[in-house]
Amino acid sequence: MIERAPWLDAACHVVLVLAALLTCVPLYYAVVAGSLTTEAVQRVPLPVIPGDAFLENARAVWARIGLGRLLLNSAVVAIGIALGKLAISVLSAFAITYFRFRFRQAAFWLIFLSLMLPVEVRIVPTFEAMTDVLMPVRLLVQLSGIDWAIQAMTGWRLEISADWSLLNSYPGLIFPLMASATATFLFRQFFLTIPDELCEAARIDGASPMRFFRDILLPLSRPNLAALGIIFFLFGWNQYLWPLLFTTEPSMATVVIGIKQLVPHGDSIPAWNLTMNAAVLAMLPPVAVVLLLQRWFVKGLIESGK
Amino acid sequence: MSESTVATLPATRRALWPALRRRRPAVPRVEHGVKAAGFGGQFLPLLLLTPQLLILILFFFIPAVRGLAQAFLLQDPFGQEVHFVGLENITSLLRSAEYRESLRLSVVFTAATTVLTFSAGLVLAFATDRVTRGRNAYRAVLLMPYAIAPAIAGFVWAFLFNPLVGPAATLLHSLGIAWDPNRNGQDAMLLVILTASWKHLCYDYIFLVAALGAVPRSVIEAAAVDGAGPLRRFVWITLPMIAPTVFFLLIMNTVYGLFETFAIIDAATRGGPAAATSILVYKVYVDGFINLDLGSSAAQSVLLMIFAVALTVIQFRLIERRISYDVSQ
Repeated sequence: MIERAPWLDAACHVVLVLAALLTCVPLYYAVVAGSLTTEAVQRVPLPVIPGDAFLENARAVWARIGLGRLLLNSAVVAIGIALGKLAISVLSAFAITYFRFRFRQAAFWLIFLSLMLPVEVRIVPTFEAMTDVLMPVRLLVQLSGIDWAIQAMTGWRLEISADWSLLNSYPGLIFPLMASATATFLFRQFFLTIPDELCEAARIDGASPMRFFRDILLPLSRPNLAALGIIFFLFGWNQYLWPLLFTTEPSMATVVIGIKQLVPHGDSIPAWNLTMNAAVLAMLPPVAVVLLLQRWFVKGLIESGK
Repeated sequence: MSESTVATLPATRRALWPALRRRRPAVPRVEHGVKAAGFGGQFLPLLLLTPQLLILILFFFIPAVRGLAQAFLLQDPFGQEVHFVGLENITSLLRSAEYRESLRLSVVFTAATTVLTFSAGLVLAFATDRVTRGRNAYRAVLLMPYAIAPAIAGFVWAFLFNPLVGPAATLLHSLGIAWDPNRNGQDAMLLVILTASWKHLCYDYIFLVAALGAVPRSVIEAAAVDGAGPLRRFVWITLPMIAPTVFFLLIMNTVYGLFETFAIIDAATRGGPAAATSILVYKVYVDGFINLDLGSSAAQSVLLMIFAVALTVIQFRLIERRISYDVSQ
């Protein structure tokens, strides 16, 4: 505090309290609506105090959209994306900072380019690529004439099965979201700040590159790994467009997609209590992560934006 | 400089050598961004990069190239017939009134969300920086929306403003405002702008709080001694010092508004009523997956990719030329 300015401090508190209320009121109303019966939720004005039907609604939601399975799917996908992103980006950052090799620049630019292609702008072609993962292999085989060679030598016609699709599978939900230029650059920046002496010492002691990576780099990166892991977990849990496209079977959907089926529209019974109940259940895990791991979360958020 | 060169130098110069050597780096940096002390080998680094590159090639580059190719082809949804039509898809897109309307909506939506999020974030960050009591509690509460899925935020806000049962709509009706986002396009636009801002506010807020915290106290105190009040200091000292963060956030907000709001739109309004909230990313989805107009959807993807690349380039130019007072984020 530099000078006394009680009126300004009071104004600051008022603004912050208002903003906190604006943040919380929508969530509070979600909880209220989620705990009312279907009749009560249609009363105007909506009651301000939660009802007593929360567990009952939760049971109804659980049965109607198979929420247990959806929560499991969300957890698998979110954890898979978080661990996958961390693993592949820490490995590639290690490769492009600690090795001088021929295609270093090329690899760097390939990763950099991917920054520019958000999922949303290439959904149709990516969807096609996902439903036919082997297309590039098939194309390669045809172009290189391998199929012709095999046919000539053995008389067999090589047919690569066309229907290896990642639709409705965990890999299909996880792999395309696993690449992360941001995380790669972040780890690269971090590795560049690690003193060269550590690497020299390790080499003098006879450590192989992977030994150095495992015993020195990874332990040093632990705070970064934890912070980014939280951000990526939230990213994975909160995905919408991707699971919406790549799951046609309801049992493979994530919980965020599952809620969509519960949103009343048109002539259906406006059972907003079930929708809001499911919404509350779906936001509990990520909100818990943010509130409990606040310090790590803030670190990860600020660093991943750099 | 290698050992042998040192050995061949005359004795007098050799005595000078250590002093000279201290001034230059131990090993000259030839390549940027690679450690001076590293490992040799050509095969291992490629192996380490394989998972990342495999995923990038399969799910980023091949789709992007296919999208580019498709933008120049006309394909009917059922048959096998494909015609090369050149720029036809793109020019017809630019001519179509629907696309222009969608472009206009995107600009309105993105500009409104950017301004709203940033200005609210700035006010709140200033207030958080100013108060001492309860700072962590405020921060914890204000950060909560980050954890909530955009789609869930969309569902919750759609409920709050639902003209039949929503408490916020009830409030508006009691004030005499005929609120109905299911029929009135402007109401629907307002709804998605509010939802998107509510969801994204925490992002701007936390970056601004961190930037404000990094402004050196001594500069602020010097200004205070010179008689500048809190607001004046904020406008004339703090704001210029956090300029890099401000630029960064403006770009990130634009990217957010243009590309990352699909879920909010789909959850809150489904692009309606009558395409009144159908911004570009929503239109790509509708044309590609619901109307099955692949050529047009691919052409839209190409235009979006151009926007995305342009924004990324601007962002990196800004980072390069970062106005740095050592408080940059």
